[in-house]
Amino acid sequence: MKTTTDPKEYPLVIVGTGLAGMAAALFAANRGIAAAQVGGAGGILFASGFMDLMGVHPVERGRRLEDPWAGIDEVRRDIPEHPLARMENGDIRQALEEVLVFLEAGGLPYVRFQEKNAEVITPLGTVKPTYAVPRSMEAGVVALREGRPCLLVDFLGLKEFNARLIASALEDRWPGLRWARISFPGSERMSRVFTRHMAKALELREPQEQLAEKVRPLVRDAEAVGMPAVFGIGRAHEIVSRFQQAVGVPVFEIPTLPASVPGFRLRVTFSSHLQGRGIRPFYQTKVLQVREEGDGFLLSIGGAGVERLVRARGILLATGRFFSQGLMADRKGIREPLFDLPVRQPASRTLWHSRDLMDRRGHPVNRAGLEVDDRFRPLDRAGKPAFRRLFAAGSILAHQDWIRMKCGSGLAIATAYAAVKAFSEEAGS
Amino acid sequence: MKTQKTQVLIIGGGITGTGLARDLALRGVQSVLAEQADINAGASGSNHGLLHSGARYVANDPSAARECKQEGDILKRLGPHCIEKTGGLFVAVEGDDEAFVSEFPARCAACGIPTRRLDVKTAREMEPALTEKLIAAYHVEDATIDPFKLSLENIWQAQELGSTLLRGTRAVQFEQRGGRIEAVILREARTGNETRLEVDQVVNAAGAWSREVALMAGVSIEMVYSKGTLLVTLNRITKHVVNRLRPPSNADILVPGGTVSLLGTTSVKVKSPYGVYPTVEEVDLIVEEEAVMVPELETTRYIRAYSGVRPLVGGGKGAGDDRAVSRDFALLDHAAEGVENFFTITGGKFTTYRLMAERTADRVCARLGISLPCRTRTEPLPTSTACMWTQTGIAPREWIRHRDPADAILCECELVPQSAVDTVIASIRKRMDRPDIEAIGLRSRVGKGPCQGTFCSAKIAGHMVDRGEAHGDEGLTHVREFLRRRWRGQHPVLWGNQLIQAEFMESLHCGLFGQELYAPPTPEDPPAE
Repeated sequence: MKTTTDPKEYPLVIVGTGLAGMAAALFAANRGIAAAQVGGAGGILFASGFMDLMGVHPVERGRRLEDPWAGIDEVRRDIPEHPLARMENGDIRQALEEVLVFLEAGGLPYVRFQEKNAEVITPLGTVKPTYAVPRSMEAGVVALREGRPCLLVDFLGLKEFNARLIASALEDRWPGLRWARISFPGSERMSRVFTRHMAKALELREPQEQLAEKVRPLVRDAEAVGMPAVFGIGRAHEIVSRFQQAVGVPVFEIPTLPASVPGFRLRVTFSSHLQGRGIRPFYQTKVLQVREEGDGFLLSIGGAGVERLVRARGILLATGRFFSQGLMADRKGIREPLFDLPVRQPASRTLWHSRDLMDRRGHPVNRAGLEVDDRFRPLDRAGKPAFRRLFAAGSILAHQDWIRMKCGSGLAIATAYAAVKAFSEEAGS
Repeated sequence: MKTQKTQVLIIGGGITGTGLARDLALRGVQSVLAEQADINAGASGSNHGLLHSGARYVANDPSAARECKQEGDILKRLGPHCIEKTGGLFVAVEGDDEAFVSEFPARCAACGIPTRRLDVKTAREMEPALTEKLIAAYHVEDATIDPFKLSLENIWQAQELGSTLLRGTRAVQFEQRGGRIEAVILREARTGNETRLEVDQVVNAAGAWSREVALMAGVSIEMVYSKGTLLVTLNRITKHVVNRLRPPSNADILVPGGTVSLLGTTSVKVKSPYGVYPTVEEVDLIVEEEAVMVPELETTRYIRAYSGVRPLVGGGKGAGDDRAVSRDFALLDHAAEGVENFFTITGGKFTTYRLMAERTADRVCARLGISLPCRTRTEPLPTSTACMWTQTGIAPREWIRHRDPADAILCECELVPQSAVDTVIASIRKRMDRPDIEAIGLRSRVGKGPCQGTFCSAKIAGHMVDRGEAHGDEGLTHVREFLRRRWRGQHPVLWGNQLIQAEFMESLHCGLFGQELYAPPTPEDPPAE
């Protein structure tokens, strides 16, 4: 492997390209911190596009929250160690605002619903609470809430989205919901179609018009039309808006099974617009090793046969959980592979998982993770910050179950905000 | 309540019950088989799939060893499409009892079981995964068998000949008069509907649930419940069956099964056959113990574990090792207890199921006044397109052969196309029965790969709604219950890559779909072991 040394020292290296890493890079850029960002594909590709803040609490009771802010207040009382409980609502709000403003400027506007949770339709036909949705999905929230006649359309050969399954699952709650299946323009003879290809195709006028031609006669009494999220990679809301003019009623997207286009849109929007704001990306790489050097860190970064040495004054760890290998588990326990930080975890593997997948209490392993101080610095075995300028954000943090609480995006964005803020205070002092 | 009639009611749809239904049907006797869950839901579906050469039993149970040898030869001749003739190795490692090793070939010879001594170098060439610490190795005629295919084919032929399978149906009450069972009340679990079935003869083939069934007739059977746990690897580790050459104990067999390997077992006495599941402790014990024979088992990826309960009859007094209880079978004629038309067939081994069915059918037929000879000893097992999909590689092979572009793949791990799923659905429908994803999974490779149903469950649910096979929110319920069932075997093997897979599955099915919010509360813990 060829080794090169980056001559520049970065004030901050953000490790991770999931939502927490991307948000951290944005917060750094907005504060004039010329950070570098390192990471592979990032879990963001598997995102649905829904932005959850706090959807369910307490999970034991499976209570769906109407008001995420009141929910966070309750979490602050019931689970004081929860990462969001360590923050002021004002900071959480500011963090979300910065990200949503950025996404809108990048061509991916989001919609909120008077700071309340909205109910959204999932690709399985279930309904879940979320805080914000891409504007291309907005009409779906309204249609579901009002229960007016609605048509769901899917495509022959698309196995990641089934309108009939969704309509069938919702038939009791939403009697006016119909479904239809059509072939995708230009793919009439294909037995299998793929969301990413369709999204590419729908960036062009002609397929958009052909699709509208096919959908228009199906609308009849429907007051809205829901379709799989394939309306372009960039500027989906504009394509949807044009499309709904052509079919005559509001049109909305529903995410497909992952990896779906809305996740790809997030990834693309972040990565292409962060660079212009002074973030140095080292994408498709990973940190091979890291050690303290002088007043900062020396990271060895690998990718495509090249090893690069990079100096950093501070590091923000947003490496995620097991899926992104921010945490690793073997039969004996869970560890954090980069710094070998202590991982708070159940006393033995027998306690990691419930025997019931759907156990309302969730699986204790999902609340394992890094302990941090109030400045989001991971703690060492003595309970002190492991390094002065090492920060952690996102799902790697302990005491949260983002899967069950439906707080993944909020957790990622808010803790990234807190960690960057703490870093800049530390760097300024 | 509906009343129906049958000559013979068989209770229990494991290999013994399905084998008996076929044996009777081939003699012209129609039966009804009532199974509380589905085919092979108990021990028949949670074993190694090992067709014993008999060598394993030569020290403790020579008569069982001889039976294994004879029955194994019959099955290899009559049902080769269910069997892979892998051959087996018995291996000893440093520290194993050398006296036991040296007595092994003579003991095998005494039971008529052929062995071939291998030098250690040859054995390791045959199976490079074996430890360097090997001290002895013998080749035997072990083979592997697909337990699901075998049971499905047995019941399939019985049904073709006019017998009836009632899945999800329990016998809940016996109507007895004058020392006979006149009728049995059957209850369908899904609907709660009850049927009164007038019977001539009743056979209890309920495996680990035999005691419960017998008690309904006022008959008490003394049983020992021995729980065994096995692990499934992602990849196949060895070509041969590998047995540890020592007195039978925990975790001493490694059996290939298509593209995977199965390790086990443990043997733990439990109080009841209910609520049995594999534990982290058992998984660790099996991994550590078998890594002594095959070191890579320490680091290989496991995709699931499963547990079954061996129904062992009588004996087993005290807390000793229940491996000392005979693995021989018992055919109990309850006339002795005052019920003249009631038999229990229990114990035994998968390998000897045919013989168990034959002996039982002989007695039942004698009671019915039928003197036709058994035909399963000479008649080849049939093959059916309905029963072929449990075998690895069949679905993709057929898919490639037909090259139908409209035939989409539903399970990407195991390459199971729509057409295979449709065939399985049709085979269930043909018997006026309702398919769900679990039933499809039992009859195919669906959900058996590394993703353990993460994607295929949702795709199959959609396909079933498309086909009109699921209505309303049944698709959702099917997905949830299928994943819940598979999870029981997954949770103790979740570390490394399989934990990553499980985290992804949960983030999709709970994080995005919020299925836990729809699920009924966790069932109460089963009685402690």
